Amino acid sequence: MKVSLSWLSQYLPVEMTVADIAEALTMAGLEVDSVFDRYAYLKTVRVGRVAAVHPHPNADKLKLCDVTIGDRTHRVVCGAPNVRPDMLAPLALPGTLFPNGLLLEQSVIRGQTSEGMLCSEGELELGPDRSGIMDLNPELAVGIPLTEALNLHDPVIEIDLTPNRPDCLSLLGIAREVAAIQKNRVTYPEERLSGDTGEITEKTSVTIEDPGHCPRYAARLVEGITIGPSPFWLQDRLLSVGLRPINNIVDITNFVMMETGQPLHAFDFDHLEENRIVIRTADEGEKFTTLDGKERILASDMLMICDGKKPVAVGGVMGGLNSEIENTTTRVLIESAYFDPVSIRRTAKRLGLGTDASHRFERGVDPDGTLTALDRAARLMVEIGGGVLVDGLIDERPKIIENRPVTLSVSRTNRVLGLELDADQIADLLRSIEFGVEKEGSNALKVTVPSFRVDVTRSEDLMEEVARLWGYNRIPVTSPAMPAEAVRPTRRMTARNRIKDLMAGYGFAEAVNYSFIDRGACDKLQLKQDDPRRRLLEILNPLTEEQTVMRTSLIPGLLEAMGRNLAWQMRNLRVFEVGNTFISNGREALPDETEMMAGLLTGTIHEGAWHTEERPADFFDLKGNIEALLNALSIPDLRFTAMDDKDCSYTRPGYTARILAGDQALGLLGEVHPATLKAYDLKQTAFIVELNLDRLIPLISDEKQGRPIPRFPSVARDITIIVDRSVEADDLLRSVLEMDEELVEDISLFDLYEGENIPRGRKSVSFRIIYRSAHETLEDEAVTGIHQRISDMLLKKYNAAFPT
Amino acid sequence: MEKHIEQIRIEAFQELGEASNPEQIKEFSVRYLGRKGAITRFLRNISGLPPEERPEAGRRANEVKKELDAAVKSALAAAESGPPAAEDRIDVSLPGRTPPRGHLHPLTRITREICDIFTRLGFDVAEGPEVESDYYNFEALNIPKNHPARDMQDTFYISDNIVLRTQTSPMQIRVMENSAPPVRIIAPGKVYRCDSDLTHTPMFHQVEGLLVDEKVSFGDLKGILTTFVHQIFDPETSLRFRPSFFPFTEPSAEVDILCVMCRGKGCRVCSHTGWLEVLGSGMVHPAVFENVGYDTSRYTGFAFGMGVERIAMLKYGIDDIRKYFENDFRFLRQF
Repeated sequence: MKVSLSWLSQYLPVEMTVADIAEALTMAGLEVDSVFDRYAYLKTVRVGRVAAVHPHPNADKLKLCDVTIGDRTHRVVCGAPNVRPDMLAPLALPGTLFPNGLLLEQSVIRGQTSEGMLCSEGELELGPDRSGIMDLNPELAVGIPLTEALNLHDPVIEIDLTPNRPDCLSLLGIAREVAAIQKNRVTYPEERLSGDTGEITEKTSVTIEDPGHCPRYAARLVEGITIGPSPFWLQDRLLSVGLRPINNIVDITNFVMMETGQPLHAFDFDHLEENRIVIRTADEGEKFTTLDGKERILASDMLMICDGKKPVAVGGVMGGLNSEIENTTTRVLIESAYFDPVSIRRTAKRLGLGTDASHRFERGVDPDGTLTALDRAARLMVEIGGGVLVDGLIDERPKIIENRPVTLSVSRTNRVLGLELDADQIADLLRSIEFGVEKEGSNALKVTVPSFRVDVTRSEDLMEEVARLWGYNRIPVTSPAMPAEAVRPTRRMTARNRIKDLMAGYGFAEAVNYSFIDRGACDKLQLKQDDPRRRLLEILNPLTEEQTVMRTSLIPGLLEAMGRNLAWQMRNLRVFEVGNTFISNGREALPDETEMMAGLLTGTIHEGAWHTEERPADFFDLKGNIEALLNALSIPDLRFTAMDDKDCSYTRPGYTARILAGDQALGLLGEVHPATLKAYDLKQTAFIVELNLDRLIPLISDEKQGRPIPRFPSVARDITIIVDRSVEADDLLRSVLEMDEELVEDISLFDLYEGENIPRGRKSVSFRIIYRSAHETLEDEAVTGIHQRISDMLLKKYNAAFPT
Repeated sequence: MEKHIEQIRIEAFQELGEASNPEQIKEFSVRYLGRKGAITRFLRNISGLPPEERPEAGRRANEVKKELDAAVKSALAAAESGPPAAEDRIDVSLPGRTPPRGHLHPLTRITREICDIFTRLGFDVAEGPEVESDYYNFEALNIPKNHPARDMQDTFYISDNIVLRTQTSPMQIRVMENSAPPVRIIAPGKVYRCDSDLTHTPMFHQVEGLLVDEKVSFGDLKGILTTFVHQIFDPETSLRFRPSFFPFTEPSAEVDILCVMCRGKGCRVCSHTGWLEVLGSGMVHPAVFENVGYDTSRYTGFAFGMGVERIAMLKYGIDDIRKYFENDFRFLRQF
């Protein structure tokens, strides 16, 4: 909403500086976005003296003028009949942006260079005259800016209104707020017209078939109008708030809307068939051409203003081309109505057609302001359009919008706000914005809310008025009572924080990707057709093609981030992300949201280090990190086991592990499948891990149990066996532990060998067993028997052999 | 016959005086005091002396041995504490074998900081789904369908009734539906709005807060938020509260802080106003309480919300909101 100070001062004396008003409005809840001078476009227009006028060699009607602006003389081509030597006239210099959008540049007109333009008042939007250039007062100083010479300053305040304040979508609304700030009063324009009854009812009628959508519709008829441009004062008002003048009748409807907040519509009465108005909803699929020349397809819940035969306007949104004011119009029917806000909003949304009118109607216009605005417009049409008002008024009002008084408790107001105001102070504050206040006993106020404040319906709304008028910043700062019980962070929050800290500790950088991905991601990951991650949750109104569905995996985001970083020459990456994935349960249900962690490792380990030879990162680098993570979280019975080839989609078969805690699958870890690398156009391999945190977090154990430090030394024995390559080392170790030998304390793998001296398809595995007794120092002989049993078990169970 | 013990002693001290580093001293020690050392040999050969000289020679040799032993020890101590030779040095400026360094995302850091402050103020953390029903995201928060307030938040729709949450406020409803007052929660999380330009990303992070109890006032709201701002920025930061509109609070307030970049003088970051909008807040609207069945005559409360990206931008001097989601390593490793 734009408000020019010149227009505002029509309704009240403006006593404060514009900066102070802007600040005060912001602090009263009407946030001022900017303050600018509406004449800023004139900053490159100077007072010029026409030093000489020469004929134009190539055009009879043009002249070449030498125009001085003090230190410089500009050669300007001018076609104005009134240009003469020694006159002062406004000279627009190249670079001037005219209000009509034209940018003045140095140009060549009929072969002659023109270094500027001498302007008429019409061209500068300073007056109506376009017949010749402005003949400025010869006393003015040559060369000074025109704004200075003519004292052209009109600050415009642009306010970013919240949707609850439609009353301020008008000059009078803002004037009321300024009056409350300045503690003075608004002077309203002329009162209503007299003559609410009369012959109008013989000439036309209004029928409301749908009172729900249209609780009130008022009309007046003005005849004998001459259509033409508006007087300059009216154009100037509109221009001052950024509206373009069109013709006197349309300008009047816009002017009154800006003044009062009530949108109006003017119909050419002679284009209304049967000279009457019918208000009904549209027929489904009906076509209608709006004023902007666009054909609209209507829906059955859209409210239409019709004549005896056909629709003539989309009610509250935009008029129709078929009844628009034309140069030949002489009889005008003025509409002033109250439409149901929800219906207007729905219609405007469906048509994709937001207008100044719909903007106001959908937020709620003053239900009692209908006639004031109507009469204001009718009066202006008589004055300006030279029309004759047909006696009488039509005011169909099938549904009264009630305005019940609200009771406000003084003590409760103080308690909620943290203030100590008395009833009189509160009453004064509310009266300053035209609320009616009566005392009801010692503690209650009966408040009559003015009809334009459609946002105030309950006592809390009044409290906000009291607070903002008193000043939020004058409310003392207090502290709420603290609860006695200590707060404990949630388990999930704590666990997530720990996981992030551990991963960062292992050298991973945390990424945050958008939760939406491109629909093609499932194919890039080669997900099987029945993979649940193909149950994509689609966004109806995505911003871009790459953001059409919610992610069902964190992997695409990490691979894309890897691609971008490779392009930026960042080749060694350790990155992880924690976030939700979304598996659709259909459009009408909430999806399954699962919190996941994913990590990616790619590039070189120890790159360029002086102390250690560099090498490519591999599976076991990432696995080591994840083992460390899961062990730090005390995940019980952790296992990594080969994932079946048929279950590998985006990871490489043979290089992919399932991560299990007991029988519960926690995720996977593996090398990215070459086809997936290719799909993401990645030129180096990467290793990824995915963990389901919804499953992992409940397994995290913080319980620790102290145990005595062993008192006796341990004995270590090594064993080397040769087994098939397909035997998982972890199985061997587990088998030993599962024997439950009391003296076996620990077992670890320390060597693995394939190649020379080992049969093809077999591998040599060496591990060390630590034996210890809690009761005595073990002698070598004491473990020999157990060691033998272990060897026997392994040889038998795994078809193993000793090395030869 | 062996050298006389006194001669051995003189020679020994001469040699010891010449030994400059611990290795040489140790070698000397072996040469004189070792199993085949001069003193040991002297003692071993003492039987070759005339019998009347033996006791004296033995006593004297043992004295010398003790004396040398002590001299070796102190020479060694002196040598070890003295400057080592040039070749006996390492270049300590060489980089160590560092484990790789990881980085938490700046948004994680700030979210934690915010949550920590409110946890200390007695707030619990509540988290909920990112895909929400229209009811929780809007209607229960007093934003009916077809209300112009819906224009304040451009919404991603899954269907007419399912949306990507535009705010973490639905958690207010979910928590209040399941617990009686008093309630003190904050709800951090991702939110989504259909908006993308220089200053908006379609996904961002919010922390919402809610406090409901008997006798909670707007002054209390100011108190909690003032404490918060002073902790997250610094205790000198001025705040101002400005009337605004949120459908689920009444009265509603925007909270501005004095620009942390220019201290109110006016700069690019604060659009030359001297103030930065950092929080939305207000007293919980009675319609919201009615929706969850709280007694509006008994309880009052306040709610507030903030954008994590914005706070991180101010604290870390990040100038482009899109950087948070590009995952450029050159950006991430700054944190």
